[in-house]
Amino acid sequence: MTDEPTAGPSLAPVSLDDPHLQPYAKHPERVQVLAALSMIIGFLGFIGFGVAYWVSDQNQWLGATLGVGLLGLGAGVIAWGKYLMAQGPFVEERHDFHSTEAERSAMTAAIVERGGMVVQRRKVLGGLAALGAGTLGVVLAFPLIRSLGPKPGTTLFQTNWKKNSLLVTTEGRPVLASDLDTGGVLTVFPQGFEGSSPDQTILIRLAQLGPEDPPFPLSAPGRTDWGVQGYVAYSKMCTHLGCPVGLYQEQDQVLVCPCHQSIFNVLAGAVPEFGPAPRPLPQLPLKVDAAGYLRSQAGYDQAVGPGFWERP
Amino acid sequence: MIDSSLRWVDDRLGVAKGGRTFLDKVFPDHWSFMLGEIALYSFVVLLGTGVFLSLYYIPSAHEIIYHGSYLPLRGQKVSEAYASTVGLSFDVKSGLLMRQAHHWAADIFLGSIAVHMARVFFTGAFRKPRELNWIVGVTMLILGIVNGFLGYSLPDDLVSGTGIRIAYSIIESIPLVGSYIAFFLFGGNYPGNGVIIPRFFILHVLIVPAIIVGLLAAHLGLLVKQKHTQFRGRGRTEHNVVGSPMFPTFMAKTTGFLFMTTAVIFLLAGFAQINPIWQFGQYQPYQISYAVQPDWYMGWLDGALRIMPSWEFVGFGHTWPLEVFLPAVLFPGIIFNIFIAWPFIEARHTKDLAYHNLLDRPRDRPKRTAAGAMMLALLFMVFCASSTDVLANFFQIELNYVLWFFRIVVVVVPILTYFVTYKICQEMRHAEGVGKRKRANVVVRTETGEYETYESEARPGDGHEEIEAVPVPTFIDMVPAELATGAGVRRVMR
Repeated sequence: MTDEPTAGPSLAPVSLDDPHLQPYAKHPERVQVLAALSMIIGFLGFIGFGVAYWVSDQNQWLGATLGVGLLGLGAGVIAWGKYLMAQGPFVEERHDFHSTEAERSAMTAAIVERGGMVVQRRKVLGGLAALGAGTLGVVLAFPLIRSLGPKPGTTLFQTNWKKNSLLVTTEGRPVLASDLDTGGVLTVFPQGFEGSSPDQTILIRLAQLGPEDPPFPLSAPGRTDWGVQGYVAYSKMCTHLGCPVGLYQEQDQVLVCPCHQSIFNVLAGAVPEFGPAPRPLPQLPLKVDAAGYLRSQAGYDQAVGPGFWERP
Repeated sequence: MIDSSLRWVDDRLGVAKGGRTFLDKVFPDHWSFMLGEIALYSFVVLLGTGVFLSLYYIPSAHEIIYHGSYLPLRGQKVSEAYASTVGLSFDVKSGLLMRQAHHWAADIFLGSIAVHMARVFFTGAFRKPRELNWIVGVTMLILGIVNGFLGYSLPDDLVSGTGIRIAYSIIESIPLVGSYIAFFLFGGNYPGNGVIIPRFFILHVLIVPAIIVGLLAAHLGLLVKQKHTQFRGRGRTEHNVVGSPMFPTFMAKTTGFLFMTTAVIFLLAGFAQINPIWQFGQYQPYQISYAVQPDWYMGWLDGALRIMPSWEFVGFGHTWPLEVFLPAVLFPGIIFNIFIAWPFIEARHTKDLAYHNLLDRPRDRPKRTAAGAMMLALLFMVFCASSTDVLANFFQIELNYVLWFFRIVVVVVPILTYFVTYKICQEMRHAEGVGKRKRANVVVRTETGEYETYESEARPGDGHEEIEAVPVPTFIDMVPAELATGAGVRRVMR
């Protein structure tokens, strides 16, 4: 190292009176006082945060003290930087980003010719290296992707509702035909699968019909005997995006999905009347067994929930 | 001390030359240049508070009985994820503050990115040579949205669980591979085999943030390498940068601004409740609450899903859930691709291949400004559409009307915005003195009864005549000239 650099930054000292080095503020002393006050407030805020932590742990006190501390310190430091430090203006020259034409051609040549030379001479090695790397890429996908989860298979078409499944509540209590009054709703599952997402089914009592009465007449063709004693049951998974269709409005006899406001007509087989849902909620055919418990006549006749590619 | 340690490091790494250039780096000054800083500093807060949260959060769907201090939940079956999030809010000192600060910081992070991006767009700062940095920025925006979703899904509360359910169905809607992706990601049919919370956790706290940190380094590195853009002004050309130096002026201002940003986040965390998961309860796939809305940056996708007609197409032996795929997969895909491609679209349209270091005023580029305003109008309209149910309830209007209102305005308002913005820009382009501060004309009556008019005094900053810019000086005489005795002048700022 030499004592005196030969090139580089200018070594001529600039006077402290240089206009570029002057503070921006007209009255720097006043700003200094304000900045100092602000920083003191900040300091007190931090002290307050420490005290608040030990004394109360009240969220508002913690936020207020920490916030005021940071605000005071920040404002003081900004005032210092903006009004008391040299603002210049200073200038910096830009330099071209790009290299010269010669440098560019040299780079291209290095890649094309040096690389080309190697590949031309050793085609077999190049092919084998590419084969190996490509195969590695493919087989790596097995642990990285295939291990993640099972294939869909027919899972999306299945629920645990079978013929004669006993309807139970979330807590696993079987549902008696006498449990609900008119307008009553209940989320039910097949026994043994309480809380299961694809099995969630909404049971609605449309009318107080007795065992001898005909089922409540739905305006859905071919489903005249799917209800029993005024009960109907639909899949609770919205056919739009799978949210639980949890709002039952008795007055309009509709089920509403709170996520994207699809509305299903309960009396017409839960056909979508409004909103983005494309398909009716699948209906679960019901019956009442000898002991008075509600059971399914059969499982769902189609996949429940939102649409997917494999659905025919 | 500083001198000797610098010499030690410089002997080994040679940092003095580049380091000196870095300290002298000139930062142009404009209020809009700090929008990106808000994003940077809220990200710092995110990292800090996030580390705190990760010490208490348990990423597990395993069911336990809640025994914490929040009485209404006592004895209920909840997941460990939910119990630990409620626990770190109520049973860890200052935990609620940190959790709310983390959530607020995330909302502010994405908000400031959006505004920063708008600034860069409308001033043309994305043009050559900065197209790469624009793309890096858009990528960070996408990753930020993804990580925000992953993050608010972790507590396993009723609202976030509903969001995961919707995400699963959106993935399912992708033709051909949808159900495979969903099954692989969740480990089975929804809600999967319990892997989704640990997987979201590791994505949220490690993988996505690591990519964001890498891109952030690239974003700032490119900014240093390519230097800042600046607005036109005295002495400012395409070939220089005029402003204040990195050290100490900018460093002081930006450090102060770090404190200010953090202050706002913690004041919000202290006083504005956000995501009170103990009120929502544990997620159950069969439960739902009214007025389910995601965080604000997902609102535009939720809105698009709501106003989409129910166009499910069944054909060729398959179901094409277009009512989901179009608004939730294709629509954001198109929007983000337009963002990424915009610098090239514009360059092709204008045939402008020159370097641009001076910024445009938005009114000077009517077409670009109008296009940007149109995009903002579109996104804002679909965002508003995510509140159809709340609006219908609030104004007591039938939901049907609200829905159709949004279906129409989503098309009409952006087109109108384009033409109105274009017209405004064209008129402002030719007007004199637009944007300058007006001075009052003072009318006085003299003693003789004559009226005189004169312009009022300049207000501070008005005719602030700037002096000519000079390079950042190396040495400063710390002793004022009149006191200097010639010998023993101390030189500092080496």
